[in-house]
Amino acid sequence: MSTVTFDERRRALGFCIYCWTTMLLLAVLVWACFAYLSLDWSLLFSGESAGYMVQFIQRFFPPDLSSEFLQRIAKGTLETLAISALGTLLAAAVGLFLALPAAGRLGGLPKAATRFFLNFLRSVPELVWAALMVMAAGLGPFAGTLALALHTTGVLGRLFAESLENVPSQPTQALVESGASPSLAFVYGTLPSITPQLIAYSMYRWEMNIRMATVLGFVGAGGLGQMLYYELSLLHEAQASSVIIAMLILVVFVDAISAWIRRRQMRPGG
Amino acid sequence: MPDSLSQPATRDPDAIRRASWILGALLLMWPLLHIAQFRPAELFDSRNLAVMGGFVGGFFPPVLTTEFLSLTLKATIETLAMATAGVVLALLIAAPLGLVLSHSLSISRIGPGPGRGTGEAVRTLSRFTLLLLRGIPEIVWALLLVRAFGLGPAAGVLAIAITYGGMLGKVYAEILEAGDTRPARVLLEAGSGRLMAFFYGLLPGAAQELASYTVYRWECAVRASVIMGFVGAGGLGQLMDQSMKMLNGGEVSTILVIFLLLVLLADAISVGLRKLLA
Repeated sequence: MSTVTFDERRRALGFCIYCWTTMLLLAVLVWACFAYLSLDWSLLFSGESAGYMVQFIQRFFPPDLSSEFLQRIAKGTLETLAISALGTLLAAAVGLFLALPAAGRLGGLPKAATRFFLNFLRSVPELVWAALMVMAAGLGPFAGTLALALHTTGVLGRLFAESLENVPSQPTQALVESGASPSLAFVYGTLPSITPQLIAYSMYRWEMNIRMATVLGFVGAGGLGQMLYYELSLLHEAQASSVIIAMLILVVFVDAISAWIRRRQMRPGG
Repeated sequence: MPDSLSQPATRDPDAIRRASWILGALLLMWPLLHIAQFRPAELFDSRNLAVMGGFVGGFFPPVLTTEFLSLTLKATIETLAMATAGVVLALLIAAPLGLVLSHSLSISRIGPGPGRGTGEAVRTLSRFTLLLLRGIPEIVWALLLVRAFGLGPAAGVLAIAITYGGMLGKVYAEILEAGDTRPARVLLEAGSGRLMAFFYGLLPGAAQELASYTVYRWECAVRASVIMGFVGAGGLGQLMDQSMKMLNGGEVSTILVIFLLLVLLADAISVGLRKLLA
């Protein structure tokens, strides 16, 4: 007969003091959060405010579907797509450029400096960049493009640098040893093996940026967001709800396409 | 080919293909540049330069008076509280809908019987609900809710609850379907209810992944609630919005630094918690 150690018995009984303390701590923290915010629940659950909410929602229906307004929405959607595409493209170009020092190809000091710079770009949210860029470049989609480009450069630069660090160095070395210049060796030895990865990362960020570009307009950086903000501040709820529906369709559409592409890639030979 | 081996190529063998790719991309980019009103010259417009220069010049030194710092501390705690409360409320949406949505808890799937049509209808309805909740970005929800509930963190909390409820519900259902579903199925076939099959058949295998994903979403919620204030939904963003509108560079730089620290902190907590769970 084998002896059952204390530890085994404790585990069998399902008692884990670590887990329970963590759970308790979490519960206290959550309670503290609600207490700190002191939310007014009556606002949400009283009959009076429910009536008010219904009235509020009713004002959004029916959405404005006049052809004139739909044309403006189409224009806004196109603008949103252009902002996201250009922002991502700019970021991919600058990101690749900065990835070289960030991957340590130019020595230790440039590596640390670029990494810090990329981290900084990445840590400032897109919307904050947008608010700053509206100041620097004026209202409009150009500010949104710059804002997306700045944040995405930080993200892509880091990802690109990681790909560069993980790429096998033999092809490049072989080229250098047979007399190619370092830049040519990079273009023909390193770049081809990371290109698929670079494209995959950029596409993934583009997808996220489309979603982001729809809301950057809240601070005046163009696209559908700016339309929504404008219509809502004029209390044009019917128009606002059309813009929201357009955003929803855009986001769902992008989601579906990217899911479809991912499924195709996962299928062997697809 | 022996020909090219004996005679080293003097130019890029792939040149035509590469050139046509670049040309195609440029042709595609032209209308994009036009639509996005890409005018880099505006950055160097003297008026814009003056505004931006004065603003960025004010970044140093950052405002570090105790009065302002206590204000930002309050806003920081509010931001964290918004994210946490939002995610907890999101769980209330996500858990039931995720359970409804998950096919591994479907009794009607086990065999042909009554209720299959209803089951699929309920499932489709809940999938559509989740899509609606998460398809609209959180900050759009916040913008709308601020109009309903007034300025302040309530709108932010609810916006996070709605969007993250939609995201979590979908992912929960996926996690429950991706793991080992046989224990749950056996329980269902033996006649247990859905909830019991979930607690004893699915949860033990999936708990860690569910918790880990929830923690990751909390991290995202912190980042989201930081910017929520730009539409008036409380937290650090609101403070930053005010300072920006007053062109007070010193305050903005202080808030920016706290932004970065907060995001780093959330990141560290999230990674730590997820390691603890693994």
